[in-house]
Amino acid sequence: MEESVSKYASRGVDIKSLKAKVNSSSSVIYFCFIILLKIDRFVWTNGLLEMNETVVIQQRGVRVYDGEDSVFIRRYLVWIQQKFLKCLSQIIFFEEQTAGIGKSAKIVIHLHQALENKEPGPYQHSKYSYIELSFNEHVQIEFYRRLTEEMTQKRWENTPVSQPIPTGPKAGRTCAVGIVGIERKLEEKRKETDKNISEAFEDLSKLMEKAKEMVELSKSIANKIKDKQGDITEDETIRFKSYLLSMGIANPVTRETHGSGTQYHIQLAKQLGDMLQAPLEERGGMMALTEVYCLVNRARGMELLSPEDLVNACKMFGSLKLPLRLRVFDSGVMVVQLQSHSEEEMIASALDNVSDKGSLTAEEFAKLLGLSVLLAKERLLLAEKMGHLCRDDSVESLRFYPNLF
Amino acid sequence: MSFEWPWQYNFPPFFTLQPNADTRQKQLAAWCSLVLSYCRHQKLFTLDVLEAQESPVFNNKKIERKLSVEAIQVVFEELRKKGNLEWLDKNKSRCLIMWRRPEEWGKIIYQWVSKNGMVNSVFTLYELSNGDETEKEEFHGLEDWMLLRSLQALQTDGKAEIITMDDGKGVKFF
Repeated sequence: MEESVSKYASRGVDIKSLKAKVNSSSSVIYFCFIILLKIDRFVWTNGLLEMNETVVIQQRGVRVYDGEDSVFIRRYLVWIQQKFLKCLSQIIFFEEQTAGIGKSAKIVIHLHQALENKEPGPYQHSKYSYIELSFNEHVQIEFYRRLTEEMTQKRWENTPVSQPIPTGPKAGRTCAVGIVGIERKLEEKRKETDKNISEAFEDLSKLMEKAKEMVELSKSIANKIKDKQGDITEDETIRFKSYLLSMGIANPVTRETHGSGTQYHIQLAKQLGDMLQAPLEERGGMMALTEVYCLVNRARGMELLSPEDLVNACKMFGSLKLPLRLRVFDSGVMVVQLQSHSEEEMIASALDNVSDKGSLTAEEFAKLLGLSVLLAKERLLLAEKMGHLCRDDSVESLRFYPNLF
Repeated sequence: MSFEWPWQYNFPPFFTLQPNADTRQKQLAAWCSLVLSYCRHQKLFTLDVLEAQESPVFNNKKIERKLSVEAIQVVFEELRKKGNLEWLDKNKSRCLIMWRRPEEWGKIIYQWVSKNGMVNSVFTLYELSNGDETEKEEFHGLEDWMLLRSLQALQTDGKAEIITMDDGKGVKFF
């Protein structure tokens, strides 16, 4: 069927008889022509998808009008994404046209002039430079939306691959009159501004990249200064720090020694100090930071704390002489513990527990003490680090024994 | 006489390489002495790493624990540093175990030689290691390479000289 139609087309056969032939086969679903563009710019392809192509949308019952003349060709209109790249370059502008008396709602697509060396299509020539597509009502909206999407996406990628665009968009506007023309001009202007803005921001993004590198560099230098206190003289260090500050990079050294130091954190730390006393006593003097976070936020109800604020506030416990401490274990687990809490006692009692039972896993130990498994494991690991316990790592589990070595 | 296993052998943590540095040192020391005494008892002079994994030394079926390959390598490395082990190949799959150092062997052999008044006589290596006369001696059954090394040690001391004969090597004691 395909070959016969293209044969007819190349001979410039009258469209009506063509229609008859097509209609008879249009009921066959598989047989879908791809209408690429305006009728005299249509090319035949087979219905098979090529490598990069995906079906964007498939519509039934589309009528294609050549200019104003109606060409009652009912086809299955399948937009193929990739091929459309080339075709969309042909589209200058498209718009919706509302239904009038005796006319259905349409989408008008304005196109460039046809190119010389185009492959054969249904029509060889046409006096109009726009086509109209008429759909069933609800699909029109979808189709219009899809077309807009494709147009905005593809327009940028278009240029290297596509066929050479004829000299400027002006070439195609042979019948730009009235409101349509004005609307089109507005659209053009809007697109221009859009393009300019994104170009301008491109430069900005490059600037930001450079700035990021500079920040990294100065951070690394500040770190080196921190490490090798002796190598650089006092003056130079101070000068360097002031440079960093003027660039807007707070010196990491001072940040660490004094904490982030805002009033908010100080107040928050005091509040936490009061609030956490009771829960900590209950839990044996130590709570994981995650537990603290949950507890605090649940108590507050509104005005919740962010994790960073909580950590910063906890870091200030020491400098504010509060009876709590933030402690970080080797494995990275952070806990809040009472200052009165003695680690040696805990370890000694841990050792006793383990010796009693012969050996313990973290889970068993947690159950024994009523602690969370995480904290129990930390305690056992600490005892191991001090040499009181040794470990037995097997397929079953990780057990701790008193260190008999 | 069956081998007496040390107390650590039945202590499960013994089969896990300890992360604590001090504990690990003690653990490795215990392993080294266990390996050496086992080899001495069994008169083993070479070990193959893969086979070793299954041998009772590293695999205690009673408590269902065995030493992992990485840990075995660590133990062997420790032995090598002490001078009791030598790798036979680059891939570290076979090794020589010297639960007694060549110098010590040399001394024992020389003692036996002088005790029996055989100084100034010549022996073949085979005679020394497998001869009837040496049957009751400790160095009976000593493997050739070890015997050679111990004799070389004696040679450097000036107490022996290794002679190459038609069908092998021999040694003369002074």
